[in-house]
Amino acid sequence: MIQKSTTLTIDGAEVAFTEGETLYEVAQRARRPIPTLCYDPRLEPFGSCRLCVVQVEGVRNPVASCTTPAAAGMVVHTSTEAIEHHRTTLLELVVSENRQVDVDPLRGYASQELTTLVDRYQARTGRFAGAQSGTSHSEDDNPFILRDYDLCISCNRCVRVCAEREGDYAIAAGGRGFQKQITTEFDSILKDSSCTFCGQCVQTCPTGALADKKALRAADIEEPIEKTRSVCPYCGVGCAVDLMTKGEQLVGIQPAMDGPANEGALCVKGQFAFDFVQHRDRLKQPLVRGVDGQLHETDWDTALDRAAEGFRQVADKHGRHAIYGVASGRTPSEADYCMQKFIRRGYGTHYIDNCSRA
Amino acid sequence: MSNPLVDMEKPDVIFCIGTNMTECHPVAATRLKKAVANGAKLIVADPRRIALAEMSDLYLPLRVGSDVALLLGMAHVIEREGLVDDAFMHERTAGFEEYLEHVRQFTPQWAESITGVPAADIEQAARWYGAAERGAIYYTLGITEHICGVDNVQSLCNLALMTGHIGREGTGINPMRGQNNIQGAGDAGAVPSNYPGFQAVDQPDNQAKFEKLYGRPMDAEKGITKVRALEGAGEHIFAMLIDGENTLVSDPDRKHCERALNALEHLVVIDIFLTETAELADVVFPATSWAETDGVSTNTERRIQRLRQAVPPPGQAKPDWWIISQIAQRLGFDGFEYSSAKDVFNELCSLSPIYAGLDWDRIEHGQYQWPVPHKDHPGTPILHQGEFKNGRGLFKVISYRDPAETISEEFPIWLTTGRRLQSYHTRTQTGRAQGIEYLLSEERLEIHPEDIASWGLKDGQWCRLSSARGSVEICVRATDRSPRGTVFASFSFNDVPINILTGSGYDPITETAELKVCPVRIEAL
Ligand code: SF4
Ligand code: SF4
Ligand code: FES
Repeated sequence: MIQKSTTLTIDGAEVAFTEGETLYEVAQRARRPIPTLCYDPRLEPFGSCRLCVVQVEGVRNPVASCTTPAAAGMVVHTSTEAIEHHRTTLLELVVSENRQVDVDPLRGYASQELTTLVDRYQARTGRFAGAQSGTSHSEDDNPFILRDYDLCISCNRCVRVCAEREGDYAIAAGGRGFQKQITTEFDSILKDSSCTFCGQCVQTCPTGALADKKALRAADIEEPIEKTRSVCPYCGVGCAVDLMTKGEQLVGIQPAMDGPANEGALCVKGQFAFDFVQHRDRLKQPLVRGVDGQLHETDWDTALDRAAEGFRQVADKHGRHAIYGVASGRTPSEADYCMQKFIRRGYGTHYIDNCSRA
Repeated sequence: MSNPLVDMEKPDVIFCIGTNMTECHPVAATRLKKAVANGAKLIVADPRRIALAEMSDLYLPLRVGSDVALLLGMAHVIEREGLVDDAFMHERTAGFEEYLEHVRQFTPQWAESITGVPAADIEQAARWYGAAERGAIYYTLGITEHICGVDNVQSLCNLALMTGHIGREGTGINPMRGQNNIQGAGDAGAVPSNYPGFQAVDQPDNQAKFEKLYGRPMDAEKGITKVRALEGAGEHIFAMLIDGENTLVSDPDRKHCERALNALEHLVVIDIFLTETAELADVVFPATSWAETDGVSTNTERRIQRLRQAVPPPGQAKPDWWIISQIAQRLGFDGFEYSSAKDVFNELCSLSPIYAGLDWDRIEHGQYQWPVPHKDHPGTPILHQGEFKNGRGLFKVISYRDPAETISEEFPIWLTTGRRLQSYHTRTQTGRAQGIEYLLSEERLEIHPEDIASWGLKDGQWCRLSSARGSVEICVRATDRSPRGTVFASFSFNDVPINILTGSGYDPITETAELKVCPVRIEAL
């Protein structure tokens, strides 16, 4: 389908757009950064925070760029003095309603959005004495998601990601204004709702009001957070993830928003079941069976020699078709390749399989 | 999958059969939910009223193991009502006359008598799928884990071929793979029938190619499957090298498997934990796990992505490829002098036509879906566009067969097995992740509330569940997800080893075990 392309002017530059794009999207492409809070590019625009407003010539009041469709010939200013003043005031108000603005980045992927904007606009002025807007659910003892709604700014990103992306409708926004609360259908704990603990609400929350409890266990570790891009170890969908580490410790998982298979989504396993990796039960040394019939720790040389010797003896005694290799559907492909090569190169047979049959 | 995951948002009719997608592939299921929200019709065929069934426009509660009958009934209606895609069949397929003749015998009324699904619903499903602009089929182990798994898959292919729902955006036949790299294991040649890249071992030119590459004569015949190898343990198989698989807990017939492994003269296991299987080994090697290794995996849509090391391995654990290569070197096999995962992967690319256009550096961003036949190729998100791999799409004439065992006076209840969202296979991983027990702490036998009452049981009570092979004790849970007369359990918990019961038969071609159907008896404890 070829879409009609026309132009508009943003901060003095002429920019082409395709029908259906919003002013925000056009500005993004034109590298005119506009601050947002209730916006998540994966979700339907919501238009509640008003931080993204821009001035359009010929229109009296500023418009929310995230919800306004681009139109031919529009002349748009993204950053006039009046608009910047409006943004600062809005942020000052938000700050006044929240218990805390600075939150640990372990809380979630987007948790630093508010802090970053507040700093950029120097909005910690204390000009307003606000009432707190949300109520935290400290009674929810689920091991995954902290529901610290004292920090909530009612952007509804969590509610929308749950409905639009996860398709679960586990949470909703009730009440209005300062009474507005994010709750489950029966105001219950998450376990008693339709929540699947996919964590997507945690990762889109721009304030850290929803937070990753498992990652926060590492809050006291001094080292900086590093992220390594990889792929989830569970099912065959192949969700791209960022492994969060502090020093030598794996402390949490965040979905890759640009992951080709998942586009920011994960499920409870990919999001929260990562700590088998550094579990105390991990095998740390080779083991060989002794004359006493028990397995004993040993060094690599001894174990490798013993393993090789066993295969040599069996092949000598029973022939090359007496040896069988079973590869894994969980290891990287290099392991599977080496396993089949071990059998084919070593014995000239095809006595090799993997666990897909079980 | 013939089509990419993004395509899941594009069909106008979606047919899910034997897939509990919201639990087993939740992230893929979110895409289906979006398609449904955008107005796509969803047909779900499954013995259990799973979450996907609740979302569906049409739910077909078929009896376990009766898929072929259902699909024959649907094919009959598509043929009878002129919903076949004549142009597609003539241009791209072969064998359709015989197939269409065959399906004329199988009315939806006949299918109802076998599946228990009302004939009118079978007709409705056939009309929707047959008349769709873009119809797509999704399935998982509920289709393959049967003695007739191959027949089931082929029946689905027949449906797609007769309606032309393949080789286009938003269509296709899409199996969802269960393990993160089960596709990669096949790609890499860890199967008895193919060299790396699905090059058949019984093709003389492939044999010649690998004899040259590996510098030794190669068998011209296929190898045997793992199932046969375990059967032959102590008779003609005497040594095994097993990598990262808790065979004992995941195998369809546990007792038999334990006997088999004990009958070996030499068992070497590579794993990250001392699993029940590793405990039987002569030598156990500690492997690096996910997050500790660089490597490559292939997902269910044939997308090749990099895994990266983020933390050091515990103790002396080493990558699997290194361990296997070291054993090989000590046996004097050459060609194992790799210094990194990159070396191994690049070798795999060099001898596999579907990876020919790839190497370690090119897959950095994960944008390729195989086949990628040469360096200028963009990859192949949609298979079978324009042409099938072997020319024409072949119809196969398939008839219904009963499961290996059917219910009897002694075992009057159907047991079907599966997986749960919060756990994964044998729980060597999820069982060791904190918090997962909050959502799922023990296995339950899911029984319809009216069956519970009529069998003299109570919700939460323990019972003995027995099949022809053995029995286990398990706690009962009332749920109307289970239909009357069919009960469900997963095989995730070692303390409720459901695989003591299963394993009644195997598909004659793939030797996949019939895990989805097992007649049982239940006694209160
Ligand atoms: S909890 Fe977070 S994402 Fe949800 S409305 Fe509040 S601030 Fe927004
Ligand atoms: S964890 Fe997932 S399912 Fe639960 S409320 Fe958050 S987005 Fe919804
Ligand atoms: S980002 Fe546009 S109104 Fe919030």
